[in-house]
Amino acid sequence: MQTVKMVVTGPFNAGKTEFIRSVSEIDVVSTERKISSIAERIKNTTTVAMDFGRITVDDDLVLYLFGTPGQRRFDFMWEILSEGMLGFIVMVDSTRPETFREARSILETFRAYAPTPYVVAANKQDKKDAWDLNDMRIALRLDPKVKLLPCVATDKETVKAALLELLYSILAEMDEN
Amino acid sequence: MALKGNLRDFTITQLLNLINVAQKTGTLFIEGPNEKITVSFRDGKLAYAQAGQEDTSLVTVLHRSNKLTAAQHRVIKERTGTMSDKELGLLLINANYITQQDIITSLQTYFINTVNRLFTWVEGFFHFENEVLPPDDKITVRVNLENIIIEGSRRMREWEQLQDEIPSLDMALKFAERPGANLRNVNLSVEEWRVVSYINPKNTIRQIGQATKMNDLEIRRIVYGLIQAGLVEVIRPDGKAAAQAAGRVPAVTGSKEDQKSLINRLIRRIRSI
Repeated sequence: MQTVKMVVTGPFNAGKTEFIRSVSEIDVVSTERKISSIAERIKNTTTVAMDFGRITVDDDLVLYLFGTPGQRRFDFMWEILSEGMLGFIVMVDSTRPETFREARSILETFRAYAPTPYVVAANKQDKKDAWDLNDMRIALRLDPKVKLLPCVATDKETVKAALLELLYSILAEMDEN
Repeated sequence: MALKGNLRDFTITQLLNLINVAQKTGTLFIEGPNEKITVSFRDGKLAYAQAGQEDTSLVTVLHRSNKLTAAQHRVIKERTGTMSDKELGLLLINANYITQQDIITSLQTYFINTVNRLFTWVEGFFHFENEVLPPDDKITVRVNLENIIIEGSRRMREWEQLQDEIPSLDMALKFAERPGANLRNVNLSVEEWRVVSYINPKNTIRQIGQATKMNDLEIRRIVYGLIQAGLVEVIRPDGKAAAQAAGRVPAVTGSKEDQKSLINRLIRRIRSI
């Protein structure tokens, strides 16, 4: 049995856990804790170690999806989670521009950990105050070659699209090398 | 009972505020991971500060603040030997080398800069000894702590922001490959050029800071500026990348065709969800 993994990362409350939950065939193994900081009390719980989802491909192959903790004080987990990944998805909350800088910083950190392909998923695009993708690309300082995809983490189809785009990028890179 | 604890639990801002409000007299000893700093207060005002074994003699402080030339510094050091700072200060004023205000301003600046270094410390054991003051032969000052606390808080916010942007100094830098990024067309300060001259995937940011004699805040500030300008990118240092690659579980094993087949199986499966 071969296992491969992808990592879903991004700032606090970007929607990583929801993203994995939308496509995982098992209940996401989530290590969530009640939020202690008032400033971060946008939601009731947050991921402190990792989320873990699974997609069985066939008898010989399983894909694991790992979600990283969003809060910086748990970033010691990032390098561990990034080891051996096929690629990674950076989730960004399109309605919270104050997190864009953090998202950019996380992206650069992961790129430094492992030079694997990645895509950026602009989550919460269904919300009326979501930023336009073109504006987000500028704000996130994304290279034109980097895929920035509209996403709604609770909508399975957009999550599948993000995963597929990452896989296409991985294939493209294999062809280039 | 002596005031003691760790900056992790009680920040330097809280400590200075306490000393200010309680108008304490005494000396605060702080031992961080890399250095020790001692700060003395009289009636809640900054009186004196010293970092580790740093030379805090008056003649050196005056030289650092450009009140004395290197040659004057050397000659005075040689000739005044065991003379105390107070005696030396009087001598220099009487000889019209400097004014009393020069001495006070230079010492205040040096002491405040030393205290400011503490604002980037996230941990360090501290204890406060009541009524302990520097030796009588040292010149002390009286600086209100309010402005230091306000400026320090600003530095702390900047420090936290820079830490978010550049989480690790053990990463290296490389010049951005985007079109149009050309250093020749950019106006850089002397400090920025010094950093730029050391940029190489083999040098960590920490090593560049050491080579250019910049503290963590200074090097982070400059690197952040270069990143924001799109001139450099943060990467894993060359040696470390190789070491990690060697120890890493390969993401996909097998021949290129096997790898592509695996990815295509994943694509088919995800399409079918």
